[in-house]
Amino acid sequence: MKIKRFREVLGFNILRLCVWAVIFILIVILYDIISKGAGVINWKFLTQAPKNGMTEGGIFPAIVGTFAVTVITALLSIPLGMGCAIYLNEYAKDGVMMRIIRMAIRNLSGVPSIVYGLFGVILFVQMANLGTSILSAGLTLGLMTLPWTITASEEALKNVPKSYREGALALGATKWQAIRTNVLPYAVSGMLTGTILGLSRAAGETAPILFTGAAFFLPHLPKSLLSQFMALPYHLYIMSTQHQAISKVRPIAYGTALVLIALIFVMNISAVVLRYRLRKVKTE
Amino acid sequence: MGKHNNLKENFIHGLFFLNGLLVVVLLVGIFALLVAKSVPAFKDISIREFLFSASWNPTATFVSPSYGIKSMLVSTLFVSIGALVIAIPIGIGSAAYLSDVADRRTREIVKPVIEILAGIPSVVIGFLGIVLVGPMIARIFHIPNGLNALNGSILLAVMALPTIISMSEDALNSVPKSFEEASLALGATKWQTLISIKIPAALSGIIAASMLGMGRAIGETMTVLMATGCAIAMPKSFLQSVQTMTSTIAIELGEVPYDTTHYYALFGIGLVLFIITFVVNMIADIALHRYQRVIK
Repeated sequence: MKIKRFREVLGFNILRLCVWAVIFILIVILYDIISKGAGVINWKFLTQAPKNGMTEGGIFPAIVGTFAVTVITALLSIPLGMGCAIYLNEYAKDGVMMRIIRMAIRNLSGVPSIVYGLFGVILFVQMANLGTSILSAGLTLGLMTLPWTITASEEALKNVPKSYREGALALGATKWQAIRTNVLPYAVSGMLTGTILGLSRAAGETAPILFTGAAFFLPHLPKSLLSQFMALPYHLYIMSTQHQAISKVRPIAYGTALVLIALIFVMNISAVVLRYRLRKVKTE
Repeated sequence: MGKHNNLKENFIHGLFFLNGLLVVVLLVGIFALLVAKSVPAFKDISIREFLFSASWNPTATFVSPSYGIKSMLVSTLFVSIGALVIAIPIGIGSAAYLSDVADRRTREIVKPVIEILAGIPSVVIGFLGIVLVGPMIARIFHIPNGLNALNGSILLAVMALPTIISMSEDALNSVPKSFEEASLALGATKWQTLISIKIPAALSGIIAASMLGMGRAIGETMTVLMATGCAIAMPKSFLQSVQTMTSTIAIELGEVPYDTTHYYALFGIGLVLFIITFVVNMIADIALHRYQRVIK
């Protein structure tokens, strides 16, 4: 009996060690970046362009670029993702078609990001003749985030009770009217929350924008959606591997990493706050 | 309910159907474009050379250029499997702790930790590979630099952990309560129940989690690009610099002129990558379905 008990305690402690390892990893990551990045960040760093061969100055153009690309990503991904989720949850009947669509979504979410990059180069840069631009990069990321948007939106739709739809239909509403008035208003907060989480992942992606529009260095801000752009994740990549004075620009790299992580964190927090606020409004 | 209304309803239904179909078109489109852009490469390269030669030298000037991807293919698998060897035990251990040992408060602390970890961009992880993990490896093994396969595996393990933990935890949580109760009633300890009842019952779910983690590791670009040293060679040890398929595309696509054999060959690598991740995800899918059927 004692041996059994001893084994149990030992086993559970090994499992506890695994969890501690995971927590430790996150602490190391955050500590290293915050402790070495925080000293670099000030108003100038956030609002100035890089200077003197990118050894001084700030990262303003990269912040603007990432913001612009993420807006394009959202404009493509949100409507198409929500539409697909509405089809799957409200219209489609169980059957071959539904199975094929679901399989496609699962597989799309497993397609490597660099393959989306290759696809974007051919489809947007070359075939659609958009060149390497904010638009090409944003649309590429938009396609990449589609499976996440769909999954999140469907989850939100599933949470709306069946009786809401039935009530509307019983009163003589058409299917679309029922969806529009009795389903979407209740699902939209969940849909947006999931979507913002997806967008925050897109904002941190580098591989898909490598060849679709991200630029090493630009002396001025992008003039239009067809311009190339600087982006935070790409800037971090450049500053940590491609710059000719790697050790000299290390603080800038740390600062960029911190801003990128902070941006993603803020997006995630606002998603959670949004969900909370909208839920409160709904119950009132 | 006039005819007009009906027409409108059908129209809207049709619109949503097309929207749903879009994802299928996208998946097929990605595959078709990759094939279309790879095929021209095989006018100049034999498929045998492409897949089974370890010599990749597309820019050779004095000898004829060579386009063998074997060493990158092996490097990709090498680094990914190394990552799984690290991530699977820690991942399953954490999942088991969360599902069977931890109290509610612990779970509420650990859940966001895993979510934040999952949200850290790959380029940041790669950066830490350069500034943190690399120097550490160099010091431990007394080698001049730590940008090698081991570094890549450690970073990919960190990236695969959130997927493996949350999916394995789901699998363990959905083992029917009656399994556990029967085992405990027969006098087994909680530990014995976990090891010999719950984990075997959740095994295909755990396998699915591991396969998805592997798919991610194989397709990951930035971390391996930044941390593995990028030297094309057949990997012999974990302390050697390697270059994966994803890194090769990332490094070379920006430099080659459009529509050359080299350019097409890079799309060929993309196609191989697509097929491998597709198969790995399919296996995960099948494992997951089998699991859900067994549990029912």
